[in-house]
Amino acid sequence: MKNECLWKSLYKYRFLLKELISRDLKIKYRRSFLGYLWSLMNPLLMMWVLTLVFSYIFRFDIPNYPLYLIIGQTIFGFFSESTTVAMMSIIDNAPLLKKVYVPQFIFPLSRVLSSFVTMIFSLIAILIVMLITDVPFKLTLLALPLPLLFTLLFSVGVGMLISAVTVYLRDVMHLYSIVLTAWSFLTPIFYPISIVPANIRWVLQYNPLYYFIDYFRQIVLYNTLPNVQTTVFCFELSIAAIVIGAIVFNKLQKNFLLYT
Amino acid sequence: MIGELYMTGNIIEIENLTMRFNLAQEQFSGLKDLIIMASKGKLKFNEFYALKNVMLKIKKGEAWGIIGRNGSGKSTLLKLISGIYTPTSGAIKVKGTIAPLIELGAGFDPELTARENIFLNGAVLGYSHRFMQDHFDKIVNFSELEQFIDVPIKNFSSGMVARLGFSIATMVKADILIIDEILAVGDANFQEKCYKRMCNMMENGTTVLFVSHNVKDVEKICKKVLWLEHGQIKMVGNSNEVCQSYQNEMKE
Repeated sequence: MKNECLWKSLYKYRFLLKELISRDLKIKYRRSFLGYLWSLMNPLLMMWVLTLVFSYIFRFDIPNYPLYLIIGQTIFGFFSESTTVAMMSIIDNAPLLKKVYVPQFIFPLSRVLSSFVTMIFSLIAILIVMLITDVPFKLTLLALPLPLLFTLLFSVGVGMLISAVTVYLRDVMHLYSIVLTAWSFLTPIFYPISIVPANIRWVLQYNPLYYFIDYFRQIVLYNTLPNVQTTVFCFELSIAAIVIGAIVFNKLQKNFLLYT
Repeated sequence: MIGELYMTGNIIEIENLTMRFNLAQEQFSGLKDLIIMASKGKLKFNEFYALKNVMLKIKKGEAWGIIGRNGSGKSTLLKLISGIYTPTSGAIKVKGTIAPLIELGAGFDPELTARENIFLNGAVLGYSHRFMQDHFDKIVNFSELEQFIDVPIKNFSSGMVARLGFSIATMVKADILIIDEILAVGDANFQEKCYKRMCNMMENGTTVLFVSHNVKDVEKICKKVLWLEHGQIKMVGNSNEVCQSYQNEMKE
């Protein structure tokens, strides 16, 4: 039963995956008046606040700053939210795991996917900003699924890794929010890359999210298509994350039940 | 492997099954202690054998009772059969689908309502939303929980949770039904109803594994009984013989 290959068990438990995703979405907006509208309002309001802050206090020379900002925010926000909820997925679902056999990777996966669904909703916010700021809708937009896919795969990989490690080392829970804060400052979300001093710019080179966000901006903001090389590189980054996540998860999952 | 099982008519084959748990001997309170203890070589684990060299062959359609004192390894055995635990050594071959009812609330989310949990639990067992929709009324009917169907499970009594769990697990037609203690919390009426349904299922070829501390119930339902003690098989055989000796020893 345990040796079933990944795809086979994914297929067998596809109903469960669906059910888990809809459960997450249901619980997320339960008892809020605006419900799903929050996925749309949240990025817009956040962008508004940040745009105000950065137009009056710090000034960056970026054309169409609101759009620049909301793209970075959407991608990084998805990554940080999805991996944070995935982190607790095994621990939260321990009661289920202890009573029925379920492939365990399904829990971090479903959490990342439900965040992904929310993020797709918030793309409407980007659309609204594009309309307001008169950005032309060009055919390059058809490439939009690519950066979304990169970010999704990358987040699944990180989510699996961190959910497995957290079971054994609960300290990760407390540390991760700090890591995310540092990570967000090391990602050009609200500032242009040009303000990063040349001697520390190399740090950005090791930040996969920087490439994904840049890819997205190229398509939406500058109406250009990144070249094949960049695309392949982004793919490699996200696949590498998944492979590492899966290997670590597979190694650690044997004793999950004894530690949850 | 599965071919072999077909030939012999066995639905479950267990060979030399051993399950070892490492119980942490000393609770370390932080990283500092952990490093100090690990460097001194003091980080020892107490090995605990929950099951030792268990052999068992179960034929399709048989009803097996599993008895023994608390901590004798009954639940561990059922969890190994359901695939929840991986054995330390030995082999388990299972042919067919399992509907496990291990302890209370066979995989429910306390935050969700009974209605939502029916679909979640169905999906855990591998059934689509549509399939569960088709059987929804029958499940609710059998559980007699119509009034509480939109109440979150966390507000249910243990008896109500058991009703719901039993209704779902027996409605989906699994090849093997595992029932661990859960009927003890139901009232007499509901227990009677459950026994009837289990007998019905057995007539239709479902294999039942039944754990209970009530030896009378075990005798009533099961033809064969496995008696575990300290993780090892103490006795295995026809239900009246094993139950008799078990009761004799309990009296001493």
